[in-house]
Amino acid sequence: MYTKSIRELGLGLKNKEFSSVELTKHFLERIKKFNTLNALITTTEEQALKAASQADQKIAAGIQEDLTGIPILHKDIFCTNGVKTTCGSLMLDNFIAPYDATVVTKLKDAGAVCLGKTNMDEFAMGSSNENSYYGPVKNPWDTAYVPGGSSGGSAAAIAARLAPAATATDTGGSIRQPAAFCGITGIKPTYGLVSRFGMIAFASSLDQGGPMAANAADCAIMLQAMAGFDERDSTCVNRPKVDYVAELDKPIKGLRIGLPQEFFNDKLNPAIADLVHNAVKELEKLGATVKSISLPNGHLCIPAYYIIAPAECSSNLARYDGIRFGYRCKDPVDLEDMYKRTRSEGFGAEVKRRILIGTYVLSSGYYDAYYVKAQKIRTLIANDFIKALNEVDVIIGPTTPEVAFKIGAKNTDPIAMYLNDIYTSSVNLAGLPGLSLPIGFVNNLPVGMQIIGNYFAEAKILNVAHQLQQVTDWHTKVPAEFA
Amino acid sequence: MNWETVIGLEVHVQLNTKSKIFSGAATAYGAEPNTQACAIDLGLPGVLPVLNSEAVRQAVKFGLAINAKVANKSVFDRKNYFYPDLPKGYQISQFGHPIVLGGQLQITLEDGTRKTINLTRVHLEEDAGKSLHEDFKGKSGIDLNRAGTPLLEIVSEPEMHSAAEAVAYLKTLHALVTYLDICDGNMQEGSFRCDANVSVRPVGQKEFGTRAEIKNVNSFKFVEKAINYEVARQIALLEDKQAVIQETRLYDSQKNETRPMRSKEEAMDYRYFPDPDLLPLEINDEYIQQVRDTLPELPNAKRERFCKEYGLSEYDATILISSKAMADFYETVVKNCGTANAKTAANIIIGDMNAALNKHNLEIQQAPISAAQISKLILRIADNTISGKIAKTVFETMWENQEDPDTIIEKQGLKQVTDSSAIEQVIKQVLEANPKQLAEYRAGKEQLYGYFVGQVMKASQGKANPDQVNKLLKDLLQQ
Repeated sequence: MYTKSIRELGLGLKNKEFSSVELTKHFLERIKKFNTLNALITTTEEQALKAASQADQKIAAGIQEDLTGIPILHKDIFCTNGVKTTCGSLMLDNFIAPYDATVVTKLKDAGAVCLGKTNMDEFAMGSSNENSYYGPVKNPWDTAYVPGGSSGGSAAAIAARLAPAATATDTGGSIRQPAAFCGITGIKPTYGLVSRFGMIAFASSLDQGGPMAANAADCAIMLQAMAGFDERDSTCVNRPKVDYVAELDKPIKGLRIGLPQEFFNDKLNPAIADLVHNAVKELEKLGATVKSISLPNGHLCIPAYYIIAPAECSSNLARYDGIRFGYRCKDPVDLEDMYKRTRSEGFGAEVKRRILIGTYVLSSGYYDAYYVKAQKIRTLIANDFIKALNEVDVIIGPTTPEVAFKIGAKNTDPIAMYLNDIYTSSVNLAGLPGLSLPIGFVNNLPVGMQIIGNYFAEAKILNVAHQLQQVTDWHTKVPAEFA
Repeated sequence: MNWETVIGLEVHVQLNTKSKIFSGAATAYGAEPNTQACAIDLGLPGVLPVLNSEAVRQAVKFGLAINAKVANKSVFDRKNYFYPDLPKGYQISQFGHPIVLGGQLQITLEDGTRKTINLTRVHLEEDAGKSLHEDFKGKSGIDLNRAGTPLLEIVSEPEMHSAAEAVAYLKTLHALVTYLDICDGNMQEGSFRCDANVSVRPVGQKEFGTRAEIKNVNSFKFVEKAINYEVARQIALLEDKQAVIQETRLYDSQKNETRPMRSKEEAMDYRYFPDPDLLPLEINDEYIQQVRDTLPELPNAKRERFCKEYGLSEYDATILISSKAMADFYETVVKNCGTANAKTAANIIIGDMNAALNKHNLEIQQAPISAAQISKLILRIADNTISGKIAKTVFETMWENQEDPDTIIEKQGLKQVTDSSAIEQVIKQVLEANPKQLAEYRAGKEQLYGYFVGQVMKASQGKANPDQVNKLLKDLLQQ
């Protein structure tokens, strides 16, 4: 059952080949069996079985939507009513949210069955999932390797087929980079498409929730449920609903593809470049045209990103003070001692590094030189994309410059780690949608290709990815150990 | 040396919206601690602010009332600092681009002179919670009911030069926000709070002296005292060749002194930056016009109308319009007893009513006498049932017993005597009882006339109609 797509599982449920309870048990067993991956922080077996049995009743009554009775996982950044929501941090190890995130509510309403909460880099800060208080997640393709981050738990779980789909979030690449490292498909929607309410904030102007699944069609079904206006998020955009699933099968003849020359530079592993060119050739066979484009300010994205994101995080994470909820240090002698020790002990090293950077760049005297300048660069980067997308329909390139690295290989060098986001963070700065899908292997590790579209062009990029997946089979590969 | 005082005021006005500025929790005062704080007010993980449109409408209303520029685009910023009653670790405020810019307030001083005070800016922000340091055995309690209550911060230019001017400004502002019905004006509950920036400089000097900021002074009386104390303190320092330190000071009303709270060196770096959870606030001219159309009659316009419509002096009108409640009370009285009695109504409200309110430290809304009862009292003066003097006695009884004026007049037998023969009888008795004075009067000592009037009024227990007493007394003295 675990190799089936959401559509196939839905048909199986409809035709009474199996029940949602059976399906749920099947995946719960896989979660248990493969717990050495450390992909989950919390498993919600009891709630899952209850939800599955409710789904079965609905299906029996002939009420079935795409996700009714389909097991999914939530990244532990989404608040779940009555269930521990840790954000990968000791700070929230004891936090049980009294509300559901809008995304959680929407998927519940769509009939999905939540099996548990996935591991992640603490407060979504990291590119390897080594920054989790709950320990690193392992890459199912080779457990000595990282799955990427920050949504490493969701990505590894999908790659090992512990669930058909999962939610994730992407601030600088946290959906696309782990999707690439784990050989799965993930889409970061346009900023404002998916509500951020109940999604624990890292960098508010960049954070965006999105789905991960084995393939683009399953991502489309997930996104269909997750997207939509929410009056509880002021940055959520109110616009007519798009049918992502219906658009999947559209032919892509005449599609104009842009390849940014700056993405194919000496930092890119040539073997990855070859695979991207191979995939683009497949799209050309389907009738797409290709041209070289330029994103001249792209090289500024990492410095700009690492000013804006820490600035916002330094403020967003100020609420973790030990007063109202979460971790509090033992026996504080006074207020200052409580603040200092709570935050020193409760946060991990990378989170503290970013809070310090963020505090510094917002300080009086430095604000204009760093934050204001970074915002200007952000506009330049966005303008590059807007200009390019006037000439092409989608921009295609590698998701990451390298394949997955070994656990422990980069965690002493933050800059090397940050460079993982070199092709992804500019998309967040511009607020555009980006998708990563598997296009082959280098050194037996998966390679991801990124498809970037115009604002709210999720249907288009899912369509392109789906069409490619109709003529390739990289998305069907399951690591041997988990097959 | 002669010193000039320079004062700028920052006033925090709590807007009277039903729910908070960024959440749906209620704003009512006095609830059990932490019962009016939702997940958003508590700053729980993942929650987001959503701006309350009513708070925006009220801010725009205020901006229009002071003839300010309502910004078509303003921005909410985060003011970052740690404090236990600040749940998110930052306050959402407006720093670089406030919703209202400029504006003026016209103030009237005690001696009747008018002065225009310019405003710098007005912005929207959220209030913090409260830290409670008593009753927790050495620990502190946090009440977050107030967290997220909408505030309008109103900043004046440093254009006031005495505590009296500062108080006049505050009273005018207080009247305005209650007129606009955007604030309940309750100073005890903290709905209207003032920080005063005070400095002194030698008369004629252009540059400002070093200022001290006096925080959170919660009554007009204390503002006056705090400023006067602070001015004296600064002058004493300067005359002693010492420097004034730029710092924040707290006013202690019990000791009547200001004390340092924190100095500039300890001043916090708030790391302001635009709140990424809130889009810039855009207000179009159409909306501004819509709000303008809902503006009520404002104090200055009301004063002019009172003078014109009711024939009041500017002095009387100024007192009556000092609060909307007072003006409304007055107009209800006049409506009941007629414009012909408007002047009498003004006299009673400004005189008897205000004296009683001040004595009992009450606002007019809390008075035990209704406007309808006052109207009745005035009608009894108008129809000569009682004299103006007896009316004062009746008023006092009304205040004490909450009785109807007619009942009081009846019970205490205060009805004015208008029967000429009865008055004549009393006059005759008085003249008979005072033969010596009568002889002197008739011999030319005319100033004794007043003495006879007094004796007659006294003998009639004040009830004789004064006009008739005058007429009949003159006749009888001639005989």
